[in-house]
Formats: sequence, C-alpha cells, structure tokens
Amino acid sequence: MKRLSLFCAATAILIATGAQANEFGDAEDGAKIYRKCRACHMVGSEAFNRTGPQLNGIFGRAAASVDGFRYSDGLTRMGNDGLVWDFDTLDAYIENPKAFASDTRMNFPGVKDAGERADLLAFLRQYSDKPRDIPEAAPTATPREVDLSDEILAIVGDPEYGEYLASECTTCHQLDGDNDGIPAIVGWPEEDFVVAMHAYKEKFRPHPVMQMMAGRLSNEEIAALAAYFGGLE
Amino acid sequence: MALNRRTFMGATAGAAAATLAAPHVYAASHGGKPKVVVVGGGAGGATVARYLAKDAGDALDITLVEPTRVYYTCFFSNLYLGGFRTMESLAHDYGNIASAGVNVVHDYAVGVDRDAKTVTLASGDTLMYDRLVLSPGIDFIDGAVPGWDVSQQNKMPHAYKAGSQTELLKAQIEAMPEGGTFAMIAPPNPYRCPPGPYERISMVAHMLTQMNPTAKILVADPKEKFSKQGLFEEGWNTHYSGMIERIGPDFGGNNVSVDPDAMTIDIDGAVENVDVCNVIPAMKAGVICERAGLNDGNWAPVDGATMQSRIDENVHVLGDACAQGDMPKSGFSANSQAKVAAMAVRAALTDSRMFPAKFSNTCWSLIAPDDGVKVGASYEATEEKIASTDSFISQTGEDAALRKATYEESIGWYAGITSDIFG
Ligand SMILES: Cc1cc2nc3c(=O)[nH]c(=O)nc-3n(C[C@H](O)[C@H](O)[C@H](O)COP(=O)(O)OP(=O)(O)OC[C@H]3O[C@@H](n4cnc5c(N)ncnc54)[C@H](O)[C@@H]3O)c2cc1C
Repeated sequence: MKRLSLFCAATAILIATGAQANEFGDAEDGAKIYRKCRACHMVGSEAFNRTGPQLNGIFGRAAASVDGFRYSDGLTRMGNDGLVWDFDTLDAYIENPKAFASDTRMNFPGVKDAGERADLLAFLRQYSDKPRDIPEAAPTATPREVDLSDEILAIVGDPEYGEYLASECTTCHQLDGDNDGIPAIVGWPEEDFVVAMHAYKEKFRPHPVMQMMAGRLSNEEIAALAAYFGGLE
Repeated sequence: MALNRRTFMGATAGAAAATLAAPHVYAASHGGKPKVVVVGGGAGGATVARYLAKDAGDALDITLVEPTRVYYTCFFSNLYLGGFRTMESLAHDYGNIASAGVNVVHDYAVGVDRDAKTVTLASGDTLMYDRLVLSPGIDFIDGAVPGWDVSQQNKMPHAYKAGSQTELLKAQIEAMPEGGTFAMIAPPNPYRCPPGPYERISMVAHMLTQMNPTAKILVADPKEKFSKQGLFEEGWNTHYSGMIERIGPDFGGNNVSVDPDAMTIDIDGAVENVDVCNVIPAMKAGVICERAGLNDGNWAPVDGATMQSRIDENVHVLGDACAQGDMPKSGFSANSQAKVAAMAVRAALTDSRMFPAKFSNTCWSLIAPDDGVKVGASYEATEEKIASTDSFISQTGEDAALRKATYEESIGWYAGITSDIFG
C-alpha cells in the first residue's frame, strides 16, 4: 500500500474526461484495445505500478522514469539518452516492443495495425496532463516513425557478408550474449533487427554510437547483419 | 578441410586477382599450407591471429609471436590508478587463441628479411611467412625528453605500456608526501591513446583527492590542444578544483627536461622539485617496423583497404605502429583494423571473399566516479588514407545520469573488446 500512496502524492493532475476522438484515432475504440494492456498496466485515478508501470502522464515523460518501477537496462539507458514518450516514440514502441528496446521487460508482441495503435494512443493521451499543449506535441506533426517499405523488409541478407560486418559490432557486443553495460544482439528475429537498425539510422533511437554505426549501413548491409546475428544462438 | 592444391589454386585465382596482386607466391615459396606470421599479441595482433584461426584455421598455418605470457591492457589501466579496477582484471593470456589453432610462440622478433620472407626471433629461430602481420605497438623516441631514457623508467615511469610500470606509478603516487607534487610530461602528437594522459590526470586527481588532498598535479604539455579538452577541463573544475595546473607550449610546456636522480623537472628554465614524475615521451612504431625497413619517418605507412604496407605488399601493419590517416592510435582502432587485415590476408591466401573495409573507433574516458565521456568516429579507406566519415563527442553540461550510463557502457565495451581480442 505504500506504493499506492506514494503514487497518489506524485500524480497531481489526472484528466479523466470522457472519450473523445482526436486526430490520432478514436479514444473509445482505443479503450477496447487497451484491454490487452490491462493485465500489466493501470491508468486513471487509482492507478499504481504493477507488472508494468502506471501510464498516467505518459505523454511528455522521459522513458523509464516512473518512480519505484524497475525498468530494463535498455529502456533505462534510452531514457538517460533522452528518449521522451510522445506519439511517435510510443507508436513505434507498442508496434514491436522488443525491436524498440531489445531487453524490455514488456513481454507483449505489439499492436501491428497502425489504426489500432492510433486509437490506443488517443485513449492513453486522455490521462496525460493537458494533452494538447504538451511540449512534445510538436514532433507528432513531423512523423519520425521508421516507415520501412516491404522491399526493405523483403531483402534477403547475405550472412557471409554479415559475418564480416558483424566483426565491427563485436568490439562492444559480445557474441556469447553476455550483457554487461552493452546489450546482447544475438538471436533476434531478423525483422526486429532490421527495424532496430533502421530506427538508429533514421536517428529515431537516441544512442550516438549506434546512430553513427547504423547511419552508414546500406539496406543490404543491415539485412546481412540481421541474417548473421539472427542465425546465432 | 582437405584441399587439393590444384583446385585450391584455381578457386583462389579469380577471387584474389580481383583484389590483390600476386596472391599465390606462397605456393612457390614454401609449400604446405600458406603461412601467416603475426608479430605482437596486443589489441591488433591477437585479434588478427584469432580471426584468422576462427575463419580460416584449416587453410592457414598461423603463428603469433609475443614475448609476454600475460598481456595487461593499457585500456582501463588508468582506472586501475584511480582504484576502479584491479591489475588482475586487466590481465589476459593466450590460452583461447592457442586453442583456436594459433601456434603461439613466446619470443621476440628481432629482424625481418623481406626478400626471403622470414622473421628472425631472439632465440635464433627463423619463421617463414607468406604474409606477415606486424602489430608491435609503440616504442619511445630516444632523447625526446632530455634527461630521460628507458633506463630511467623506474625513477620516472612512463606507464604507457601497462603492467609493472602502471603498478610502479601507482605505488609512487601512494608514497607521495602530504601536499607533494605529481608531474606529467605529456607527449607530442601523434601518440597512443589521445585522451590517455588526460584520463590519467583525472584518475590521479581522484586518487589524491582521497588520500592527499593538498597535493598538486603539474602537467607540461607540448600541445596547444588535446583530445576532449572541453570535457576534461569542465570535469577538472567540477571535481578537482585548484589541484591541476597545465603548462601548454605558450608557457614553455614544449621546452622541458628532467633529472631523474635529483627528481626535478625544468620547464622553460624554471626548475621544480617533484615527488612523482610520469614521463610520456614522443613515440614511434615498435622497433621491428624500423628494422624491417617499413617506416617512413616514425611510422609504417599502410593502404587502408587491406592494411598492407605501402612498402611491401606481403606485410600488413596495424594498430599504433601504422600511419593510416585519420584514426586515433587506440585499442579500438587496432582491433577494428585487425579485422580488415584478417579479411585481406584470408582473401589473398584462400578463396574467401573480399569486402570493402569499414572501421570505427570509440574512446571512453572516466573523469571521476560515474562521470564518463566518449568520443568516436567511423571511417572508410580512400586511395590515400583511412578517412573519417562521421563522428560524435559527449557534450559539456550533460546530466549525471547520462554520464553514469556512459561509464557503464565503457565497462560493457571492455568486456566486449577483450573477448573479441583474446576469445
Ligand atoms: C594509459 C592508456 C590508456 C588507454 N586507454 C585506451 C582506451 O580506453 N581505449 C582504447 O581503445 N585504447 C586505449 N589505449 C590505447 C591502446 O592500449 C593501444 O592503442 C593498443 O594497445 C594498440 O594495439 P597494438 O596492437 O598496436 O599494440 P599493443 O597492444 O601495445 O601490442 C603490441 C604487442 O606487441 C608485442 N611486441 C612488440 N614488439 C615485438 C616484437 N619485436 N616481437 C614480438 N612481439 C612484440 C608487445 O609485447 C605487445 O604485446 C590506452 C593506452 C594507454 C597507454
């Protein structure tokens, strides 16, 4: 119960207006999709952290910043690196959480349909402070989503080339999957790997080393790396 | 992989002709599997040997020549001074490289006959090679700091090759009298690890703040500017205010001599008594490069696409010893160059594929507990040099959480690179 009272003190303003459609989707439809999240998350006036952190005020909040919740190292690092939740970042995260933050403790495959995500975010946004005026509203006008064409996703990587390219990754990322300070990248589904690398390449994910490394890789090279690392145990 | 020589040669010709000239001299010169000799088992040499064994162990005969049985990394040796690492945590042996199929010879290369393609060892043994890889690191230029030569290294340690020198420096700092002076003679460009001396100053300052807070740090520096200067100076002001004095070339930091017996240093005519003096002299490629006739000036020029010597295409030179262009002399760079060299050697001697060279480097430095910064760049090989294509650097004024995350990342990097080098 200690957690609950702490939470109440911390959350000054909760806006629980009725469902209202906004440009991002339909909040009422979003409420239905939100049922998938309820197993772990709470939102609203009585919300507290459960398996997942409470979601009040999530728009405009730094990633991994709810007091008292233990986040994965990866999400914590991204928060430290400056990741703030806004429409675009949340949209990318809930589309495929593991591709966005490889070690996230959110064991959820994601919402693949863009319309459904827009509805869900419209629903959640009602629980953030002055949703229309939050400073992070501006970036939502310029979409930063990694929008990967089917052609890019369809590229079949050359694992032999990937192995050579991977030698550049293994200066920091350990092939045996150990993770002390730098995340493991072996055995990911290829598509998740591809999405993650393009997210760095487009400077959508915040880490400067990775933005640089991914920035000069071609679509074929990203596919080659995904094929090589995906094939490792 | 049992390869019949004739089919092997046939398969090689196409791939190799596209990339490197005269690839199959090896067959004529020696017979048996093509021989690769790697001199130096540090960041560059150990990586090359391990990658060749991993990727082409059956097709190549690989020998690594390294005098020491235990390699202490220079990287993180400053953190040992600061009390953040033990010396044991910096120690790596060659067990995994040997089990990967490399013939590890603990000896010292004293000469190279490039016509006969042989390397002579201190023991008198001779090794034949089809390709030679040199990654001997650095040696110091005689007379660079008047009054100092290597025979004085116990009085005035360089601690720029890690191990007993680093331990000695730490012991001397611990023995400093209260309010005493630690001096550093910083090196001119180019030298191993551009931020290294300044990370060291930070770690010594941290040490002194704990055990001898009235002590002073005096740095004589021949360079106008240095790596991550803004970040270091910001950190020194925040954490070690008033402790560190740096004398640049404007005030004679480039006109320095030392007297190891008297424990004095002379900066532009002003003589100071000091309690510890860390002399980091000007550097050159490990002497074997000079002996092999591969230097142009102090360093061995190479072609970045393959890391081949510009003077002899059968020799690849990597790491600190080579003159390649824009990459700093770092363990990260040596490891990165080693992978390009391994690929090129393999493509020249077996039928494997050749890919375009890519390089990168990131150097993390620790300024104070949980205050880490980094600088990095990516590179590619052009006709004339390895050229930087993109770069980044930590910013002044970053918040504590980000600095801590950067430090933690460096710990991950150390674990990653040492397992990449030594297996
Ligand atoms: C204080 C300090 C801090 C540093 N911090 C970092 C850092 O944080 N990050 C980073 O990336 N780099 C760092 N570096 C730089 C890094 O240590 C070097 O750039 C790197 O070790 C270069 O690798 P190398 O293979 O060229 O030489 P080395 O690693 O020095 O290896 C050379 C090896 O060759 C052997 N050898 C020499 N001559 C012969 C011969 N004739 N026959 C046989 N063997 C021979 C030597 O015994 C040695 O083991 C630091 C350096 C210092 C001094």
